[in-house]
Amino acid sequence: MFSILRSLWITFLHMFHKRVTIEYPEEKAPLPPRWRGRIVLTRDPDDMERCVGCYLCAAACPVDCISLQATEDENGRRYPEFFRINFSRCIFCGYCEDACPTYAIQLIPDFEMGEYNRQNLVYEKEDLLIAGQGKYHGYNYYREAGVDVGVKGKGEGINEDKPVDVRKLMP
Amino acid sequence: MNETLKLSLIAIAILLVLVTIAAGLIWVERRMLAAWQDRYGPNRVGTFGILQVAADMIKIFFKEDWIPPFADKSVFILAPAIVMTTILLSFSIIPFAPGILVADLNIGLLFFFAMSSLGAYSVVLGGWASNNKYSLLGAVRGSAQMISYEIFMGLSLMGVVIMAGSFNLTDIVLAQKNVWFFIPQFLGFVIFFIAGIAETHRLPFDIPEAESELIAGYHTEYSGMKFGMFFIGEYLGITLISALITTLFFGGWLGFGFLPPVVWFLIKMFAFILFFVLLRASLPRPRYDQLMSLGWKILLPLSFLNLLVTGALVLYFQ
Repeated sequence: MFSILRSLWITFLHMFHKRVTIEYPEEKAPLPPRWRGRIVLTRDPDDMERCVGCYLCAAACPVDCISLQATEDENGRRYPEFFRINFSRCIFCGYCEDACPTYAIQLIPDFEMGEYNRQNLVYEKEDLLIAGQGKYHGYNYYREAGVDVGVKGKGEGINEDKPVDVRKLMP
Repeated sequence: MNETLKLSLIAIAILLVLVTIAAGLIWVERRMLAAWQDRYGPNRVGTFGILQVAADMIKIFFKEDWIPPFADKSVFILAPAIVMTTILLSFSIIPFAPGILVADLNIGLLFFFAMSSLGAYSVVLGGWASNNKYSLLGAVRGSAQMISYEIFMGLSLMGVVIMAGSFNLTDIVLAQKNVWFFIPQFLGFVIFFIAGIAETHRLPFDIPEAESELIAGYHTEYSGMKFGMFFIGEYLGITLISALITTLFFGGWLGFGFLPPVVWFLIKMFAFILFFVLLRASLPRPRYDQLMSLGWKILLPLSFLNLLVTGALVLYFQ
């Protein structure tokens, strides 16, 4: 009996509490920088595409929403000929970002992707590619390691040893 | 002729105001529930979301009005009409202010009891005609609940009738000139309030509907405006019980001057409507057998006791 009256009173006092609602379109919830939202393709510090077309993201994707085709430029540098993400399938799990060896594919805190036409949710490479470097600044895969594609010579990369002459005995 | 016209105009005005209030209560309830749950509630359509009611009305009128092929068609259509009719008829005996009432019946209170007993049919027939197990369970629960609570709902008001010496609601209000009846009849007031919640099957006694157990109970199969009539009927029921509490225990239109009597009536009535919403916001639903044992084992003996003591005291002081 007393507890009923007490719960009535406590509920009544909630009228003067702060509301927990965030009135969305006018007021937005703060999203952490590593929030998994829309997928972008980033560029390296030299403003070149980071993606090397290794297909790891497409292989990691549990819903198979990524499709791409790798190709090479005249220097032998790999890049995707096309890169297509079907966001109507994407579940924003971030596995593609985990799988990417060059930090090219990244998920950013943006979720406002509503469309009236389902086909508009299929993003092509020009929609995905951004001008900046995303979350990982200063990283350039071809400067760290890898073959000579006109960015650096063989063995000249950061933390990279000179190539070993396999026919010599001396270390 | 002129007098007849005036009376019918008053009746039509009361009808329109009541239906508007009942529809507006949807918005009031959603906003107040939200306030008591630290939310905002509907606040987008119009100022403070007040046009939400209009939006809901437009929506519900355009919904498909589906009659299930397995239902008993004529009874299925009749059931929602009964709840609206009986509750609206009950309002005809309520004196909102001197002169603002539809029928000054000398058996006013008995008329209300008769109408609220008929209201039970809407639940029973609605659940039966739906031909659905959840609806039937809801109907069985609803009929048992409404019939058993009807008994001491009547008995709890007999104290008021003894003190006022009349079944006429205008006389009952006038008998409260000196002291409102909720002071001498506090027990009767509490019992009537509990019975009123059960009678309108509002939370926490919404056992016939019980979303978590019976989907929507007796109106599971209803859609469109037929569902809307059950819905509006529920809000009209709240308004009716609040208006009756105001009339019987809180001095009806009697106030403290400075405002017209009808405003006093509406203020008191809305206070009780808000209390109904507060009850919904704070109390959990009891189990079905708990509800029945509370009614038969506690409230019924208490209302007999109240009747006995009131009668004895009135006889003693005569």
